[in-house]
Amino acid sequence: MFGLKDDWSLKLPPRYFTLEDYDGGVARWCPGCGDHGVLMSVRRICREEQIPPEKIVNVSGIGCSSRFPHYMATYGFHSLHGRALPVACGVKSRRPDLDVWVSTGDGDNCSIGAGHWIHAMRYNMKMVVMMFDNNVYGLTKKQTSPTTEPGFKTNTHPRGAVLPALDPISAMLGMSNVSFIAQTVDWNPVHMHDTLHRAWKHPGLAFVRIMQRCPQYTGNIFEAFQDDPNSLLVMEHQDGVPVDPSLDRTFKNRIAHDPKDIHQAFDFAKRRDVIPVGLFFCDPTRPRYDQISSVGLGMSVEEKLQGLEREFDRFAL
Amino acid sequence: MTDAGSNPGAAVAPKRVRQSIVEIVSDSGEGAQKAGQSLGALSAKMGNGVWTVEIIPAEIKPPARSREGASGIRVRMGDRPVTNMGDEADMVVAFNEQVLYGRLGQGAYRPGTVLILENRWATDPDEKVRELYAKALIDFRAAGLEILELPLDEECKKHTINPRVGKNMFVLGMLCAIYTRDLDRAREEIAHIFEKKGEKVISLNHKLLEAGHAYALTAVPYRFEVPIWDAHGAKIVVNGNQAVALGMMAAGIDLVAMYPITPATSVSHQLGDSFPAVGGFLHQAEDEIAAIGFAIGASYAGRTAGTITSGPGMALKTEFIGLAVMAEIPLVVVDVQRGGPSTGLPTKVEQGDLLGTLYGAMGDAPKIVIAPATIDECFHMSILARRLAEAFRGPVFMLTDANLATGVTPIPRPVPQAEWLAPPPDQSDWDEAVPAYAWDEQTGISTRAIPGQRGGEYTLTGLAHTDHSKVAYSPEPVERGLRMRSRKLAALFKTLKPPVVHGDAEGDLLVVGWGSTLGAIEEAVDRAREEGHKVSSVHLRFLSPLEPGLGDIFKRFKKVFTVELNYSDLADDPYVPAETRRLGQMAWLLRAHTLVDIDCYTLSQGVPVPPGKVYHEILRRLGVTPTAQAAK
Repeated sequence: MFGLKDDWSLKLPPRYFTLEDYDGGVARWCPGCGDHGVLMSVRRICREEQIPPEKIVNVSGIGCSSRFPHYMATYGFHSLHGRALPVACGVKSRRPDLDVWVSTGDGDNCSIGAGHWIHAMRYNMKMVVMMFDNNVYGLTKKQTSPTTEPGFKTNTHPRGAVLPALDPISAMLGMSNVSFIAQTVDWNPVHMHDTLHRAWKHPGLAFVRIMQRCPQYTGNIFEAFQDDPNSLLVMEHQDGVPVDPSLDRTFKNRIAHDPKDIHQAFDFAKRRDVIPVGLFFCDPTRPRYDQISSVGLGMSVEEKLQGLEREFDRFAL
Repeated sequence: MTDAGSNPGAAVAPKRVRQSIVEIVSDSGEGAQKAGQSLGALSAKMGNGVWTVEIIPAEIKPPARSREGASGIRVRMGDRPVTNMGDEADMVVAFNEQVLYGRLGQGAYRPGTVLILENRWATDPDEKVRELYAKALIDFRAAGLEILELPLDEECKKHTINPRVGKNMFVLGMLCAIYTRDLDRAREEIAHIFEKKGEKVISLNHKLLEAGHAYALTAVPYRFEVPIWDAHGAKIVVNGNQAVALGMMAAGIDLVAMYPITPATSVSHQLGDSFPAVGGFLHQAEDEIAAIGFAIGASYAGRTAGTITSGPGMALKTEFIGLAVMAEIPLVVVDVQRGGPSTGLPTKVEQGDLLGTLYGAMGDAPKIVIAPATIDECFHMSILARRLAEAFRGPVFMLTDANLATGVTPIPRPVPQAEWLAPPPDQSDWDEAVPAYAWDEQTGISTRAIPGQRGGEYTLTGLAHTDHSKVAYSPEPVERGLRMRSRKLAALFKTLKPPVVHGDAEGDLLVVGWGSTLGAIEEAVDRAREEGHKVSSVHLRFLSPLEPGLGDIFKRFKKVFTVELNYSDLADDPYVPAETRRLGQMAWLLRAHTLVDIDCYTLSQGVPVPPGKVYHEILRRLGVTPTAQAAK
């Protein structure tokens, strides 16, 4: 065009993002806290997928894990205790272009936010929900959480927790319109990373329960499982979480599990002798509310004014 | 008693009245409301001022012939714009006598109110029914009602096999005769109502309408004429909730999230129906908390958003409201107030959320609070609310109430403006040197970065934070944030004009009101002024910040009192020491704001304040005994 040679025109260098582009600063979690590992994994996934930082929104509730957005150099929303999911769903509802990640905890999600949890699963809007499950309220200093095992001593139950723990995986398998339920552990960072990455690729709400320790209050609750690599039951399937070859030597307890098989998923969720890790359930064909809620976006001013006139006509005398 | 067989209605000359109030009451499902709405609509088309309000029982299907089960409608027509439901009715048509007891107990009628009563119950096969009917006649006569017993059912049976579904249009025909309404317009209304039901239904109802009209011309000895005031200018007929819904649409609000709650829900019914016409989305959330959380999320992401609720919902949303203030998230919150506390009076009016809205949050949470006083303002203030929310970067609260929500009146048809609509979210690059809260020292206002804006990345938090939205670990930024958020109200205040005084700028007595009481207050003030009393009124639209100049206005009157629909201890309550007497909410606020000794007249019975009560209160405070003529 206009006789200009093609290579004369200005070419902007493509943006390339490094880990630093997602680095929001030094996390203030306790040394040894499982949250650090999750943070590193998420930054890496963002880099691997080259997601522009300005397109990412990290939403959280209140609790240790909910400080997560502060440590990402993306947009973030540190909301209220138990309310991360309504906020995250609101963000996604009319901005389908944004990449939404939710950080929540066992208290935040399964106790004060439990009502929203059921409904957010049913809305099935595309986002990754990470539940950092350390079986205790950490930030408020060792109170019983819904996932605290009975008998475990806390400041609110100094003689030991009195009720059976809430089982989030079984609960979610019973929720309507769920589309992705996975579980991983913080002491297997490779598997954790691959699980979160698989979750990010899912077209719907991908819920990942991350079993982790609180070095201050629940540092040794998973000791027996950590000592015996075979106590991790690794669920394998071509549609599941891909298992990295580096895990082959140590984590040998494998089982084939088709994530479409919700009944087998229930059986695995009930196991207490082992911790099943991987993808319990996945159905990428479930209806997505983000696709429903984004209708009408991009309507022109002219169309809106005409629409208003038509509505006024209905009330005209 | 009138003998329906004679011809008392022939050749009665219409009496000109400036206004008239008619009620139709029945068991629910008998179509009284449809008849009343048609009467209101056709009167508005003829050029009368009109206000209609539905009479709704608490239950969906209350038992037939029960005192609490009154379902119906009140229609007030006038020779000028009608702004409220008025005092006692002039005429009532009742399908049975029991439902009238409820209305009588609510003070809806006065001695001299004409009652047209279905008389089939007098000959009911059930002796109990006959007894109740006979007893009611005695009670109603004792209350001073002028009773006209008519065989409405029997008359309808001449034209339809099921009078239960056709009697309403027969009654509409009667009222058209009584109020000298244009029968062609009534036919048009019927054709419009039954459009979807087909020609057969329309023609049957036309027949009933005409039969009712002809019947009343012979059987009813009353004729009224309410002169028209204005048949010009395009109008729409809406209730306050519909006006809010249309206003939010015209404001370019992109998303409304709500949870069903009476009396706010019908806003969402309208949006559910109409929102797609402007590309908006209505989200019905799992609860009140999620509703505001969802709206806040959408707003954070750059879309204009709002939520609609009532008192109990406001209570549930409180924590998120605090967050919206703290993190400066633009949001429109509509509170259609109902009676409280607790579940209170879900379908009835109160102005009890004023102080809760202003102060019901943790810590210091300065907010903008406005209150429309008319149905027209319900529309236009929704647009104002959206613009204030964005300009001042925070939540804006609009307090309406059940009275505005259910009142139906014609308003000038708005002409949609492109500038009313919200601009699309800014996605241009953000200057990285500008912090997340670049507070302007003079106004406290800052521009916000919207996700998608490169270089604007920040983490919003409800924790005390610095201007970079970083968690504040030292005392200075905590106080600076508080000061900046508070300064926004001062900045808005500077842009406001003092309210206009209705009546003279000085005098013996000033009435102060806010919200839906405007029509009743000004009507009462006008009546007192016509009699020469030095009384004026002022009506507040901005509740936080309050409009400027209030202290100066108050000083020019010997006495100032508020009229409010909320609770206060009676001034002469022998069990309440004057020192601890609790006042109406606006009175508290104005006393604190102006240091003027302001009294209050409050009503908290779940009913709108009738102009007559305000008028009598004005006279009482002036130490005047109402004249016989004025007492009417």
